[in-house]
Amino acid sequence: MFLINCPYCGERDQQEFKAGGEAHIERPKQPTELSDDEWAEYLFMRKNIKGVQFERWNHAHGCRKWFNMVRDTSNDEIKAIYKMGEKPPAQ
Amino acid sequence: MNKNLRVKSSEYIDETNRISFKFNGKTYHGFKGDTLASALLANDVHLVGRSFKYHRPRGIMTSGSEEPNAIVQVNPGTNRTEPNVRATEVEIYEGLEASSQNCWPSVEFDIGGINNFLSPFFPAGFYYKTFMWPASFWEKYEFFIRHSAGLGKSPTTTDPDIYDHRNVHCDVLVVGAGISGIMAAKNAAKNNFKTLLVEEKNELGGSTIYENNEFNKIDNKAPSEWLKKEIEELKNIKNLEIKTRTSVAAYHQYNYLLARENLTDHLEAKDKTNKIRQRLLKIRAKKVILATGALERPLIFNNNDRPGIMLSSAIKKYSEFYGVACGSKNVFFTNNDSAYESAISLFNKGINVEAIIDIREQSESKIIKKVKEAGIKIYWSHSIVDTTGYKRLNSISIMKLSNDGTSVTGSKISISCDCLGVAGGWTPAVHLYTQSGNKLKFDDEKKVFLPNQNTSEQISVGSCGGDFKIDEIIKNLNQKLKDTLNIKETDLDNIKVEIDQENSKRNIWLLPSDKPLGKTKPFVDYQNDATAKDIKLALREGFRSIEHVKRYTTTGMGTDQGKLGNMHALGIIADTAGVKMGELGTTTFRPPYTPLTFGTIVGRNVGKFFDIFRRTPMNDWHVENKAEFENVGQWKRAWYYPINGETMHQAVQRESKAARESAGILDASTLGKIDIQGSDASEFLNRVYTNAWSKLAIGKCRYGLMLNEDGMVYDDGVTTRLGENHYLMTTTTGGAANVLGKLEDYLQTEWPELDVYLTSVTDHYATASLCGPNSKKIIKKIVPDLDLSDESFPHMSFKEAKIGNIQCRIMRISFTGEHSYEINVQASYGKDLWEKCIEAGKEFNITPYGTETMHLLRAEKGFIIVGQDTDGTMTPIDLQMDWIVSKKKYDFIGKRSLYRSDTMREDRKQLVGLLTDDPNIVLEEGAQIVSELNQSPVEMLGHVTSSYFSPNLKKSIALAVVRGGKDMMGKKLFVPMENKNINVTVANPVFYDEKNERLNA
Repeated sequence: MFLINCPYCGERDQQEFKAGGEAHIERPKQPTELSDDEWAEYLFMRKNIKGVQFERWNHAHGCRKWFNMVRDTSNDEIKAIYKMGEKPPAQ
Repeated sequence: MNKNLRVKSSEYIDETNRISFKFNGKTYHGFKGDTLASALLANDVHLVGRSFKYHRPRGIMTSGSEEPNAIVQVNPGTNRTEPNVRATEVEIYEGLEASSQNCWPSVEFDIGGINNFLSPFFPAGFYYKTFMWPASFWEKYEFFIRHSAGLGKSPTTTDPDIYDHRNVHCDVLVVGAGISGIMAAKNAAKNNFKTLLVEEKNELGGSTIYENNEFNKIDNKAPSEWLKKEIEELKNIKNLEIKTRTSVAAYHQYNYLLARENLTDHLEAKDKTNKIRQRLLKIRAKKVILATGALERPLIFNNNDRPGIMLSSAIKKYSEFYGVACGSKNVFFTNNDSAYESAISLFNKGINVEAIIDIREQSESKIIKKVKEAGIKIYWSHSIVDTTGYKRLNSISIMKLSNDGTSVTGSKISISCDCLGVAGGWTPAVHLYTQSGNKLKFDDEKKVFLPNQNTSEQISVGSCGGDFKIDEIIKNLNQKLKDTLNIKETDLDNIKVEIDQENSKRNIWLLPSDKPLGKTKPFVDYQNDATAKDIKLALREGFRSIEHVKRYTTTGMGTDQGKLGNMHALGIIADTAGVKMGELGTTTFRPPYTPLTFGTIVGRNVGKFFDIFRRTPMNDWHVENKAEFENVGQWKRAWYYPINGETMHQAVQRESKAARESAGILDASTLGKIDIQGSDASEFLNRVYTNAWSKLAIGKCRYGLMLNEDGMVYDDGVTTRLGENHYLMTTTTGGAANVLGKLEDYLQTEWPELDVYLTSVTDHYATASLCGPNSKKIIKKIVPDLDLSDESFPHMSFKEAKIGNIQCRIMRISFTGEHSYEINVQASYGKDLWEKCIEAGKEFNITPYGTETMHLLRAEKGFIIVGQDTDGTMTPIDLQMDWIVSKKKYDFIGKRSLYRSDTMREDRKQLVGLLTDDPNIVLEEGAQIVSELNQSPVEMLGHVTSSYFSPNLKKSIALAVVRGGKDMMGKKLFVPMENKNINVTVANPVFYDEKNERLNA
């Protein structure tokens, strides 16, 4: 059970949160101009890294806010947490 | 024969408080402070159980939670019975009953004991090898295996006890209250850390509390005396909470630990009632100090499992702490100095010690001289090669060990004895450390796995950290505390320790016998009856990974998780395979450390609190009117309202007819409702629904279809424009929470520039849906002032109104195809509204209908139910709902996916209507559809998604998804069932009132 430092509420138990997959995949602004392959890349392709991964998390049973997390998937160490729209920290 | 083996009194046993208890039906006596194990031993009862596989008689082996053999059924036959309880952990109380497990008819005479003689036929992997063929016989084998296997019996009646959960936060958690734990807790608390000390036993002090060895001194006092004073001082320390009878079960990441606090198990039945039995502590600690101690190792030799063979340290504890002699003719078998301490302890209490067998060549510590002075014979360089005594040890045979320790020589000496203490060294209890995700390292000198690291959040102190001698423990503890807590001084700075303990040890994982291994029974895992030869067999058969050997031989897979024998199993594998133990690694220690009851795990979430139901404000009316309910998500929804013993079919036919012929009323409160406000609300709806929203006038309603980004239908519902920047969206009952979550996700992450706010108002409103040709008249009675003309209040529009003083929102929308109204009021007026409608509708025979009738009525109209007619693979085009997909909008969620090559295929499964050639046959939902009957294999074209007998059309109707169904109108297909083939014809999915004339009727 992680202890997650919600950027809006502070430290809370993991059970209040929902994981939302890989972060920094922006929805294309003009989807109709993409080829099937380009659209499929956005729609389906996700990394599954052993190591440092950038993820989206949602404080679902709290403030309902989405934020980003940098987590090492090999030992679940949370390296950084930052708000949506903020730049990811340099690795 | 009830012998009394109670020796000199112990301060931990209250001999003025005599307690009677029953074991296997026989009454025994013990004293307050006894465990079931110590009380049985005091009565000279060693035989307490039968082993799992060979049904060999087994006795009490240890004095703690690591006990592999003495597992009993507590209070058998009662509603408080519990299986697989370690007798060493049961504190006795008046009226306690316990019985042996895994034996029939009794522990003294056990039919299964025949397995012992058949043991050559039960090698490792016996079940895997034997019952594999013929495969069809497995069910027959299984019947017998299930009957002969299994340890205890689970209770068959409801648990009368209360269980609880509690969240605990602390700066420092100390696990284990031996000398290290006590000193760690004391120093943490004194330095203003909020400290929690947990101990699985009911007394603090660990093994040091009865350490009266004259050769060890702390500040010139016996260690026990010194520690008692320290414990006394704990009472006056603020910031320190102590929980005894509390066992840490799991150590998860981020210093999250689960512990079970045992509150009433040691009390008499009359004192247990209405109290919390066990409490699960969910602990978040900033720092964790593990002081879990070490477990003594047995030695692995031929027939090392007889009742009367115990751990040397356990014998010492029974004598010193409980005042019980485990035997009258005691022998010790050792590879280190520990057994000598036990022997001296017995000697000082006047208990006879016959001899000590030591596999070492010699040792020079003072304690050995003392043993010699006591006249106890020591056999150096000897090993036990066999033992005798079926239900109780009566003799051992020893022989001289060869120099390399692989064989025995010389003549056999037989020593008669009734109790044998074995001392194979110590294994640090690193279970919790590894559970937390950290790795172990192997110490080649000490032959132990030790924590690889201490961090600022977690340290292992005392013997679980690899320090076994009091001087090392105190010195290292002091430094670790200073480092971890960042303090300069501790109470340990000026402690003077004198000790006389030799570290000398001779480690032989598997001791040789004069017989070949195949003819011996050296048990490694006592509980699961795995022997050294099973492990060697597994290696011969090619298993190499320790995890595989474990599963093949079942070593370490009992309820004790092999706390005693795992190290020997590793050692034997390493020796046999010629690899280093450090390279071999260990098996994974998994939570819980000791078994937990289900009660502790679920806490208060039992009965109606197991899974919480949501009920509508009208629920009481439904119950009073004998509705049957169905679960929809967490909701309890009225399903149908049978009267005069109607079946579901009869009730639904009646309700459906009434709704179309006069008036029906449905509780629609469960529909998800999302309040949407903000200057960009219209734009937002444009982006999330497939159709256009910009031109929807205030006061109008529109049906919307929501897709996933992959183009598949996700949810649907009617949204009403309440104001310029204000909408009320409805969602499906089951999808409400997910829809809100999804919309929030897009708003916050993709379109943060939009000025839109979402609020879930599902629970805030109650909704009565009134339908049928007479619905208008009923509304007129309730809200007389409202203009209900089609001009003023047309289909798909909305009005605010007042019913008496109650403010309400009325939408003229329809899911049945009838003229209908949905009335929304504040939830607290829901039942009142409902009763008003029923009262006003009486003259029109208003008929309440449930979800089943709702489903039937909408199916007659060909309206889909998301989740029933769709399954996450249906696009709006597949549903023949092209009309709702805006061609003009540049983008909406899922739009691009509708133009992928796969979603544009013509032969996708598409929604169609199906009519059976025989109008009385109702298809089964889920039934498969084919176009050919005499072909095998035949392509499955699709399946039936909704199917009913329509009382209004007087025939069976169905919706189905069929490959390429769009172009099959009028085509004959088949629905093959188990006993018959049903002929069907593809039809328009709108079966009733295709022109929607009834909406304005």
